[in-house]
Amino acid sequence: MIPGVDGFIYPNEVELQWGLLVVLYPYITGLVAGAFILASLERVFKVEAVRPTYRLALLTALAFLLVAPLPLQLHLGHPERSLEMYLTPHRSSAMAMFGFVYLWYLMVVLLLEIWLEYRADIVRLAQTTTGWQRLVYKLLTLGSENVSPEARRIDDKVSYVVTVIGIPSAFLLHGYVGFIFGSIKANPWWSSPLMPIVFLFSAMVSGIAAVLVLYMAFMKIKKMPLDMGCLDTIAKYLFYTFVIDFSLEMLDLVQRTYEADESFRTLDFMVHTRLWGSQVILQICVGTLLPLVLLAANQLWRFSVSRRKAMYLAASLLTMMGIFAMRWNVVIGGQLFSKSFLGYTTYKVGFAAREGLLSAIGLMALPFIIVVVLVKLLPPWAEGKPSENVVG
Amino acid sequence: MLLGGVVVFLAIRAVVVPKDFGKFGHYRPGALETISTRSIAYAGHEQCLQCHDQEAKVHGGGMHAKVSCETCHGPLAKHTDDPTANVPKLPDVANLCRRCHEKDAAKPKGFHQVDTLAHSPGMLCNSCHQPHNPQL
Amino acid sequence: MDLSRRDIFKIGGKLLLLASAGATLDEILGAAPPSEAYRMADHWWGMIIDIDKCIGCGSCVRACAQENQVPAGFFRTWVERYQVEEGKQPLVDSPNGAMDGFPPSKRTDLKSFFVPKLCNQCASSPCVQVCPVGATFVSPDGVVLVDETYCLGCRYCVQACPYGCRYLHPQKRTVDKCTLCYHRITKGLTTACCENCPTGARQLVDFKNPKDPVHEFLRNNKVEVLKPYMATQAKVYYKDLDGAVR
Repeated sequence: MIPGVDGFIYPNEVELQWGLLVVLYPYITGLVAGAFILASLERVFKVEAVRPTYRLALLTALAFLLVAPLPLQLHLGHPERSLEMYLTPHRSSAMAMFGFVYLWYLMVVLLLEIWLEYRADIVRLAQTTTGWQRLVYKLLTLGSENVSPEARRIDDKVSYVVTVIGIPSAFLLHGYVGFIFGSIKANPWWSSPLMPIVFLFSAMVSGIAAVLVLYMAFMKIKKMPLDMGCLDTIAKYLFYTFVIDFSLEMLDLVQRTYEADESFRTLDFMVHTRLWGSQVILQICVGTLLPLVLLAANQLWRFSVSRRKAMYLAASLLTMMGIFAMRWNVVIGGQLFSKSFLGYTTYKVGFAAREGLLSAIGLMALPFIIVVVLVKLLPPWAEGKPSENVVG
Repeated sequence: MLLGGVVVFLAIRAVVVPKDFGKFGHYRPGALETISTRSIAYAGHEQCLQCHDQEAKVHGGGMHAKVSCETCHGPLAKHTDDPTANVPKLPDVANLCRRCHEKDAAKPKGFHQVDTLAHSPGMLCNSCHQPHNPQL
Repeated sequence: MDLSRRDIFKIGGKLLLLASAGATLDEILGAAPPSEAYRMADHWWGMIIDIDKCIGCGSCVRACAQENQVPAGFFRTWVERYQVEEGKQPLVDSPNGAMDGFPPSKRTDLKSFFVPKLCNQCASSPCVQVCPVGATFVSPDGVVLVDETYCLGCRYCVQACPYGCRYLHPQKRTVDKCTLCYHRITKGLTTACCENCPTGARQLVDFKNPKDPVHEFLRNNKVEVLKPYMATQAKVYYKDLDGAVR
């Protein structure tokens, strides 16, 4: 009798292959995609109300994108060979192709967009600061110090194009992660054409919620006034996106239950036992339904500013937790049941191990630290004028 | 700058990627060589016959004729390489015979199987049966 | 009759010629045949398994572990025991992969049998499809192999295999699996598991060899591969595989 194993599983299935760090990875890339979509709301869809969070959203996306490969590196058996994915990518492998999507998104979309947006400020800061800061800003100008109105007009045009390309790129970035799971015919919990779409929408939800929380946090830390119009709009988009995401997840569940194919019995049992806490309680009830109620209430009734702030904050934090639970349920859930459909195994998270809890906490904390550094380096708001994006 | 990056990438690629990668498919063909030259542990029963023809004659005429020597005697490639230096240990009769011949509901009906506790309590199988030719 | 010197030389010469011709012929006919190099293109490997012959002794599991230094707790091949009761899910077990055979079946009234399992050497392998770098591949002679100097250890292939035959080697930190004893079959030997199967339940086959028993086997028996709906073009054929087998 193997501890943690119930029923019959194939002998090689006792240990889970993809653990906590592989749960973290789609969560982090999801936040990237979501934050970027929020930024593009302003740039491409001309939703002026969210302008105060435009720069913050970009910096958030960058911070998370930089950390995204780290959980994977810790997970690989031979991280020193990871360059092989770029040198000899296997074109039939979604994972290999994803390496290029990531690179494309990082270099061509995000970094370019951030540079274009901040160019005027970088040039100004390069001229006004001293010491090592001056050197940093000088490097960031990439040699281009032309900030004439003509140059700025070109910047805007290019930035617009980049954002337009960036939206499908962001979709691709996280849709691909969904496809990495969704294309595995061997695993019925993952195999589904809905998977990329569900991943994408849940990514958008988590990303928007993350920017909302960071915006409220930074305004509090910097003791600057919160733009309620901006906050209300973000919450509204969060609500709409969440409704779509929730509908998609429920569709998947309803369809599975209705069709009740060969895998249904074993998956149903798994959800009712091993995944009950993480899926039904954390993901669905506390992580989805509760935030939806809080957000819906604000669409139906008008609450006071302080009430709204509390409700938005609570909803966003619960959402972020709920989407993490969703990633957990997909990745871990997909490995808890045996492919023989006759048994289950258990996942034991290590603490100080390479792929353990400590590493996960560190990796989740890192992007927030990076965002603080980025906000210091490339301030999103002028002091005292949070609705303007001019720093001087 | 992008062009520079591409050039650097191609340069790295030319150096790092194994020369004939992709010759037979998307993999390093040298792997075939590495895998096929691994050391062998089981010599195969034909090797045993070359020296042990007496035992082979006895074995070949009995019910165990189709059972390979190494199934009971363990991996013996080291022994065939240097017979005097690597003398194999005799098998552990108590457990060996039981693993195949202990009566079990899942075993095919036509297969010789006994309930060893009833059949030969406290006795080793080879106190009556000669393992190479086990019929009595 | 008197033999002249010329006659003696003539006869002697002819005899010498005959003798040397005979010696040369002897040399040619008695010489060892030239060694044949293994040509991948001449082979397409697979396996046939006869369920009704398997006695669950676990010799194959032990032999494989010894031949290939398989780490403890992981399995390149294993045997499952099925006990099927009418109208219920089958009772399946595989204690330590059947490394030490099986403890006695508790129920004696059920339909029970053993099923040896291994990598199915799929021709349309989903594990090969998902490898991001080309560390696992189907060789030209039909064996799915892993290049352990190239494998990243991402375990995508482990997820993609419908049969559970892959694992991460705990020390090497690369993926490992049954290689159909490639190092043996390319030298004319059979696999370690087939060599040591006492009942002949497992047999290595070469589909490209017209004299191989597999052709008659497939023609005369009801055979099935595991999980045919996965469309992996598995090359391990089971005779008399019961529908209860997962």
